[in-house]
Amino acid sequence: MDPLVLARMQFAANITFHILFPTISIALGWLLLFFRWRYLRAGDPDDRAAWLNAYRFHTKVFALSFALGVVSGVVMSFQFGTNWPGFMEQVGDIAGPLLGYEVLTAFFLEAGFLGIMLFGHGKVSERVHLWATFLVALGTTISAFWILALNSWMQTPAGYTVVDGRYQVASWLQVVFNPSFPYRLTHMLLASALTCAFLLTGLSAWQVLKGAASLAAPRVMRVGLTLAAALIPVQIVVGDLHGLNTLAHQPQKIAAMEGVWQTERGAPLLLFAMPDERLRENRYAVAIPKLASFILRHDVDAEIRGLEEFRGRHPPVLPVFWAFRVMVGMGMLMLLTSWAGWWLLRRSGWQPRRLPRALLRVLAGMTFSGWVATVAGWYVTEIGRQPYIVHGLIRTADVASNVPAPMIALTLGLYVAVYGALALTYVGVLKYMAEKPEQVLATEAAERAASPSGAIAAPLVEEAAS
Amino acid sequence: MNGMSFDELLPVVFMGLMGLAMLVYVVSDGYDLGVGMLMHRATAAEKDVLIASIGPFWDANETWLVLGIGLLLIAFPKAHGLVLTELYLPVALMLIGLILRGVAFDFRVKAHATHKPTWDRLFCAGSMLASLAQGWMLGRYVSGFGAGWNYPLFAAAIAAALPLAYVLLGACWLIMKTDGELQQRAIEWARIAWLPMVAGLVLISMATPWISATVRARWFVLPDIIALSAIPLMTGVSLLAVRGLLGTRLVRGPVCWLPFVLLIVVFVLGFLGLAYSIYPFVVIDRLTIWQAASGPAALKAILIGVCISVPAIAAYTVLAYRVFRGKTDALRYA
Repeated sequence: MDPLVLARMQFAANITFHILFPTISIALGWLLLFFRWRYLRAGDPDDRAAWLNAYRFHTKVFALSFALGVVSGVVMSFQFGTNWPGFMEQVGDIAGPLLGYEVLTAFFLEAGFLGIMLFGHGKVSERVHLWATFLVALGTTISAFWILALNSWMQTPAGYTVVDGRYQVASWLQVVFNPSFPYRLTHMLLASALTCAFLLTGLSAWQVLKGAASLAAPRVMRVGLTLAAALIPVQIVVGDLHGLNTLAHQPQKIAAMEGVWQTERGAPLLLFAMPDERLRENRYAVAIPKLASFILRHDVDAEIRGLEEFRGRHPPVLPVFWAFRVMVGMGMLMLLTSWAGWWLLRRSGWQPRRLPRALLRVLAGMTFSGWVATVAGWYVTEIGRQPYIVHGLIRTADVASNVPAPMIALTLGLYVAVYGALALTYVGVLKYMAEKPEQVLATEAAERAASPSGAIAAPLVEEAAS
Repeated sequence: MNGMSFDELLPVVFMGLMGLAMLVYVVSDGYDLGVGMLMHRATAAEKDVLIASIGPFWDANETWLVLGIGLLLIAFPKAHGLVLTELYLPVALMLIGLILRGVAFDFRVKAHATHKPTWDRLFCAGSMLASLAQGWMLGRYVSGFGAGWNYPLFAAAIAAALPLAYVLLGACWLIMKTDGELQQRAIEWARIAWLPMVAGLVLISMATPWISATVRARWFVLPDIIALSAIPLMTGVSLLAVRGLLGTRLVRGPVCWLPFVLLIVVFVLGFLGLAYSIYPFVVIDRLTIWQAASGPAALKAILIGVCISVPAIAAYTVLAYRVFRGKTDALRYA
């Protein structure tokens, strides 16, 4: 197979696996801070225990997600060089500092305080511990800021000059706050919040279904569903604005997303189609007339530029077209389930065990729906940027390495095997933890009993009560 | 470095920073990986303490690798591409080792209890794979990716020696961080690892000038060699002191930290020797740091961030080590 295709597959496999975990840890950090705050503020002992429970349980989820994010992130820092050596040689003066600032301001902040956050309770004061939790959450968010600045610059480059074939910075402000950055950052942070909202809801629903629900489950589910129901409409609006921004700067991406081959007025919205790159047309199309023009230009007769205008300069159509439909479809499903779920949960007096079991099953089934939507969304924007690595300026093929194809195929196989196994294990372990919360706590108690000096063995509840 | 302009000096500064990050990585993740490789010798209860001793640190330790490789990427992009293309396969193997090590750490206490031994084995295997791959990469890097029968042999020797150095470092970490029976066992592990590690180090020190004419020319000239002999001499003294300490009862008491610190000294000296051998190349005989460096504007932009954040990183790293100072007890999430 073509080494370029293999290199892209390998990078895609890695980045797909990686994004799953930051998507959880970005928002979960702030949710943990919220649980901690509720715990500190609660007066009623039951309430207090419940929030502490919620905090402890999700700290484990956070630790797991964080570890998986770190190990796959380390791989990425290497794959820039192994897969795309030409990229940094040409745009290193721009991409380098952005990546450097991510490591220096965010990565170390998270990693440095994570130890205190995870293992330091009882070793440091309540206040220092709260600060550590805050700094970890802040670190994950700063991380997202820098990475999305770089990614957005690759989509909508700005603020640069070219000297002897090397891209140099003309204005850092324009580089960082390039045209698509505010939209992409907001879209991603909301995606993270929604992913966590469905994760919290889904795990709680699973606990109720399995009869393993603790005092925490109703509270966590309420937080999850409220967050989901409140944010999904915001996300839809932001997504729409992001689309308009893309139309202005990357019209060929929009054309691929909508399956518009010929420039046309009153373009229809395709609900279903199989875009055929060879025939350059859509097969089996089911469409609503004029709706695409209306959504994109807010005018039923507006003109949408077709892929024909970008021959040789547009992305592969089929994956972009379908990834977009998966993302939007998942968003609609999230809207439906979160609103229905929130309303029914409110009617049940915020008691999930009174919810219909069918609804609980749906919510449990949607535990990882955020992952599907997020990955599909990234496929739209990243595949949609092809054949360029920096939109309109540098082609992906021109920066690829000359590593022989069999070598790439071998390591690709290794990575995929490891990642596949880890993703399954991650889901399996979360399911196990949700089903057996007391067993997980018992392991912890056993460890505490085995501890020789007992310095960190002071039970949290007693300490808090005193 | 007289007469060098600030712009010319920048790549030197970044080479120093990158070297520092790599050194901190090798020392700090070195003890993590060493402890990981010692897992198979520990009892089930001891395994928990072993893991607990590195628990709060490994994550931040691994971040130094990201910083080191990140600085290579952003300050010397040409070298980054060249080095990582040459080391494609060992890099992939090291990363898979680090992945297994990192996730096993978390999964072992969260997964079903019956799976714990499997995760422990993966933790050990991952640590071993990463260490071997790092040794091999170091060997290939030092020899300038040369072709010929002797170069892979040289790399293989380092691939065998570096894990031993990590094991020794890990054992000394455990001597410092544990007490009782486990501490006694850690002393035994350190004693076992000491001789082959020292033998490997001597062998490699002799082989390096043989394999590289550039290194030979830098070391074996009068009068430089007289001043330079301080490096091997101090290394030898430190290593002998470690061995001496391991034989005394003192190491179980107030100076339990000394072997670990002496080994860090050994690592720093080894690093200085390596840096002296290679400078001013970033890839020996092929790329100097000035040929490989990014533009001065980009380097200045990063330098500002480095000057602000590296002291902060140092400060909260010290904080973390202070919070978790003293002997390790079983770790639990709180």
